[in-house]
Amino acid sequence: MTVQVAPLAEALDMLCPMHLHLDAGGRIVHAGPTLCKVLSGGLVGREFTQVFELERPRKVRTIAQLLQTAGQKLHLRLRTPPHTRVKAVLAPHPLGSGALVDMSFGISILDAVRDFTLSSADFAPTDLTIEMLYLVEAKSAAMEASRLLNERLQDAMLRVEEQAYSDTLTGLKNRRAFDHLLGHLLEGRQDFALMQLDLDFFKQVNDTLGHAAGDHVLQTVAAIMREETRGDDIVARVGGDEFILVFPGLVNRSRLDEVAARLIERIREPIPFAGKNAAISASGGVVRSVDYIAPTVDALLGDADTALYASKDAGRGRVTFHLDLPKSRSA
Amino acid sequence: MHGLINTAVQSFCRDAYGTDVWNDVLRRSGAGVVEFEAMLTYDDPITDAVVNTMARVLSKPREEVLEDLGTYLVSHPNVENLRRLLRFGGVTFEEFLYSLDDLPDRARLAVPDIDLPQLELCDRDEGEFVLICRSPFDGAGHVFVGILRAMADDYGVLALLEHDGPIDGAEQISIKLLERAFARGRQFDLAVVP
Repeated sequence: MTVQVAPLAEALDMLCPMHLHLDAGGRIVHAGPTLCKVLSGGLVGREFTQVFELERPRKVRTIAQLLQTAGQKLHLRLRTPPHTRVKAVLAPHPLGSGALVDMSFGISILDAVRDFTLSSADFAPTDLTIEMLYLVEAKSAAMEASRLLNERLQDAMLRVEEQAYSDTLTGLKNRRAFDHLLGHLLEGRQDFALMQLDLDFFKQVNDTLGHAAGDHVLQTVAAIMREETRGDDIVARVGGDEFILVFPGLVNRSRLDEVAARLIERIREPIPFAGKNAAISASGGVVRSVDYIAPTVDALLGDADTALYASKDAGRGRVTFHLDLPKSRSA
Repeated sequence: MHGLINTAVQSFCRDAYGTDVWNDVLRRSGAGVVEFEAMLTYDDPITDAVVNTMARVLSKPREEVLEDLGTYLVSHPNVENLRRLLRFGGVTFEEFLYSLDDLPDRARLAVPDIDLPQLELCDRDEGEFVLICRSPFDGAGHVFVGILRAMADDYGVLALLEHDGPIDGAEQISIKLLERAFARGRQFDLAVVP
């Protein structure tokens, strides 16, 4: 009988390069070439349980019990580093005592290939391992390409959103952004002051110096507003020469007076353009959220507008607080 | 055409001739994009126009541009992925040749909507093969001549390759293995070296 074992082992080395032949006592009689490579040889003669730790099924404790597991999936782990997990199945040896055990790396294959520098030659030609490695690599490459595309689309989306909320001429927030942010402030019940500011004599600049001069003036005014406000203040261009500034957390009357005075002072400085000077000014109306029991967008904007017109009526180039208007003028 | 094909042409042109040449090609071709994306799909005529424009800009025959593209795809470090994926096809150059029949299906496993040319390898005499390549893209066979030439180098094999032109609506490439162990070839590890 044993005479036939050698040719069988030869065939199995080719078909199942990760197989083992155990004798009835659980000692390794023969090991396939890939297993020999993984465990650096020296397998023959050793106890199966010295080389492999049986993780599942847990109830299997002895070699006799192990030999009874024919056909079941066995979860093994190498006792030596890198303690790779291995799947196995056992069948009684058809030509003698003991058993044949065939193994595969299962899902640990990616690590195993690296840890043991396995090559295609270490797997049976019918083994799907190489195809799986191919697939893992191809999928990773495809996923990476998709990830890069998503990143670029995300950037593009942010740019478009940014543009949708910006005034393209001045780079300030636009009406849409302003409405959104003001709504947000009101919801958050945070105190703030709101200043509506219209440019005076802007139409004359456009009419006498041309639209290029008008655009330049708007850009200059926008720059002044940015410089005279804090980072989280909202500065929006909501119409041709109409601006709204919102100061979250700033309701102090004298501070607001200072900010308004400084803004108007700087806007009144002549703006040179193509050898000429554009002279404008600004009129404003201010409301504060703290002056309302329940501030609403409509009330705030309506009152700011009323105060703004009071400034214009009083001779422009000034800022009026809605609170200071006689009650009859308030909306 | 799948964006992967167009980005392959794009990386080839950029890596081989520079970004300026590529931008020029893209503009002249009327592709209507500033850059190809690997994971988007483009109209087939765009790829054709880009390749034709590239041939014109470089003053080279279209066939030569396509063959150079094929060589680039296997030999340039920037597209090492692809060379690795092809090397999974077999341990020897001959095994690799036999794996070409499966190539379109293999590619589809990873990218379901990609359409690669249909390939069929026919054995002739010992060490002689004919690869039949069917594709709606005119000149796809020339790309494969470049790929096979570079793969032969990769495996360290000396092979004679010739594009026999279109026969019965398909392109034919004859392959003659002259020396199976001509040079050492390049290393191929199954594990990705980080």
